Amino acid sequence: MTDTKALPPQNIPAQTHPAKQILMMLWRDKLAFCAAIFILIVIFCALFGAPLLEDVATKQNLRGRNAAPFDFSKDWVFWLGGDALGRPLLARIVVASQNTMMVATGAVVVSLTIGTALGLIAGYTSRMGSQIIMRLADVIMSFPSLLLAVIVLYMLAPSVGNLIIVLAITRIPVYLRTSRAEVLEIRERMFVQAARVMGASTNRIVFKHILPVVFPTLVTIATLDFAFVMLAESSLSFLGIGIQPPEITWGLMVAQGKAYLTTAWWLSFWPGLAIILTTLSLNLLSNWMRVALDPVQRWRLEIGKKSNG
Amino acid sequence: MLRPLTSRGAFMTAFLQKRAFASLISLMGLVVLVFFLSRLTGDPTTLYLPVDASLESREQFRELHGLNDPILVQFGRYVGDLVQFDFGMSIRRSAPAIDVVLQAFVWTLQLALITMTLVTVAAIVIGSLAAFHIGGVFDRIATFFSLIGASAPDFWIAIISIVIFSVGLGWLPTSGTGTVWHWILPIAVLFIRPFGLILQVVRGSMVSTLSSAYVKTARAKGLRNKPIIFVHALRNAMLPVITVIGDQAAALLNGAVVVETIFGFPGVGKLMIDSILQRDFTVVLAAIMVTAVAIFVMNILIDILYAVLDPRIRY
Repeated sequence: MTDTKALPPQNIPAQTHPAKQILMMLWRDKLAFCAAIFILIVIFCALFGAPLLEDVATKQNLRGRNAAPFDFSKDWVFWLGGDALGRPLLARIVVASQNTMMVATGAVVVSLTIGTALGLIAGYTSRMGSQIIMRLADVIMSFPSLLLAVIVLYMLAPSVGNLIIVLAITRIPVYLRTSRAEVLEIRERMFVQAARVMGASTNRIVFKHILPVVFPTLVTIATLDFAFVMLAESSLSFLGIGIQPPEITWGLMVAQGKAYLTTAWWLSFWPGLAIILTTLSLNLLSNWMRVALDPVQRWRLEIGKKSNG
Repeated sequence: MLRPLTSRGAFMTAFLQKRAFASLISLMGLVVLVFFLSRLTGDPTTLYLPVDASLESREQFRELHGLNDPILVQFGRYVGDLVQFDFGMSIRRSAPAIDVVLQAFVWTLQLALITMTLVTVAAIVIGSLAAFHIGGVFDRIATFFSLIGASAPDFWIAIISIVIFSVGLGWLPTSGTGTVWHWILPIAVLFIRPFGLILQVVRGSMVSTLSSAYVKTARAKGLRNKPIIFVHALRNAMLPVITVIGDQAAALLNGAVVVETIFGFPGVGKLMIDSILQRDFTVVLAAIMVTAVAIFVMNILIDILYAVLDPRIRY
């Protein structure tokens, strides 16, 4: 914990604005910086892409079927080629980002909120309540999440809402277990005991004293989980039990291009690349966050990069 | 915490009983959930008989498979049979459901075992070396590729590799089973994600173990690097790794669904998807139970391994 041997002896930075400090730390890790930029672009596409490009992305042009990519004489939306109905791939990828992001964001927010709340309860209250919650988590964890989602989705109708619910349910145990484990440790620390002695209510202790300590860990996990949920949604859509056409997501686009693999590889390639770049960026960001949010390791980012290890 | 000095075996048995009981409850929950949900999806009669089938033959079909009784009666009968290890007949294949499932399960088990063995060995060796030369070129390359592996959608890798290795180069068959060559692509695709994740955990765990006091002592004694990494540090660094390996082995079934579907591999993942689409309820339920029991057995093995590796752990 208090391993301070590696702290730099000199150049302790003057107190700067927290936001600027974070930006500086991000700049130090070039990969994480690129990842953050890419995620911002994806978020921008998800928010504004659909309204701007919806018409272009759905306009069929049978003469431009499976148009080859890198034909720069055409409109920029055709630079990645056209799909089986002559619709511009780039525009479709931008529009599809909305559904992909919406499902992933929804699932992560729901599972983070419910999982953390249950974890705090399980960690801080009686053994009985804790036992019930943990056994429920075991039921969910005892089975591969994708199979569970496949079964449930096939029985419910596959829609954005149901997809979010199913994916959220399968991810709740992750936050539940993490937050419970952390609470069990933190509740024994001195500052919590002090708060209790001073007569703070359970609510106050849990939300004002324990939650802020647990939160950074949970945010790091959530970033990683975002990538996981995205992949799960893509797999489900690829298998045909996720988002249904005419709605599009990246996973569905890969599935639709599968039939033309041998003649037009770009139909499946680009949406897959979009998935891989987004999840990669999220993984890189999560790695950076793990260091940046950890007071013991933060110095690695606050000083030059030469001295790690 | 002081404990009475009973033998470790006694603890272990009590622990196993507790675990078995807990798993039984989760299994029952799963069965109830899937049984009732699956009955909501529709009537298999419409799917299996031709559109112009007479009312009588429809009635006969329903009678034969017991679909006419109230759903609670159906459930009671199912559980009654289940207690005698009778999982019912597959509607589609007119064979006992459990036989169909076990046949497919053997394929998936082989696939999973081979993949996980390769993943474990590769991740431990490469992860340890990366951790030892932290920040070095090897470490950076390993980390970056493991990140890509953990981020790549398996279905995409699968079809891209089919395009490259089967269609383009013609080296490997596109789907099916039969020869050794048929196994290479499915295993390679399944390998990627768990490898990336486990490599990260091995590396992280090794980094913290290598900075612990006893490793410094070993270094101070003048031991060489290899025994330090693979004898002293590895055993302690393995504990969190084993947990992840267990999780990943279970999660491998997720990948198996996708990979088996794409490569036409007759495993339990493909069977489950097919059976859901064909409304072959008995097979779906049997497959779920077999999978859940397999995961339970694996978790128990991991707990035992934990106790073997770290004598401080007691149950």
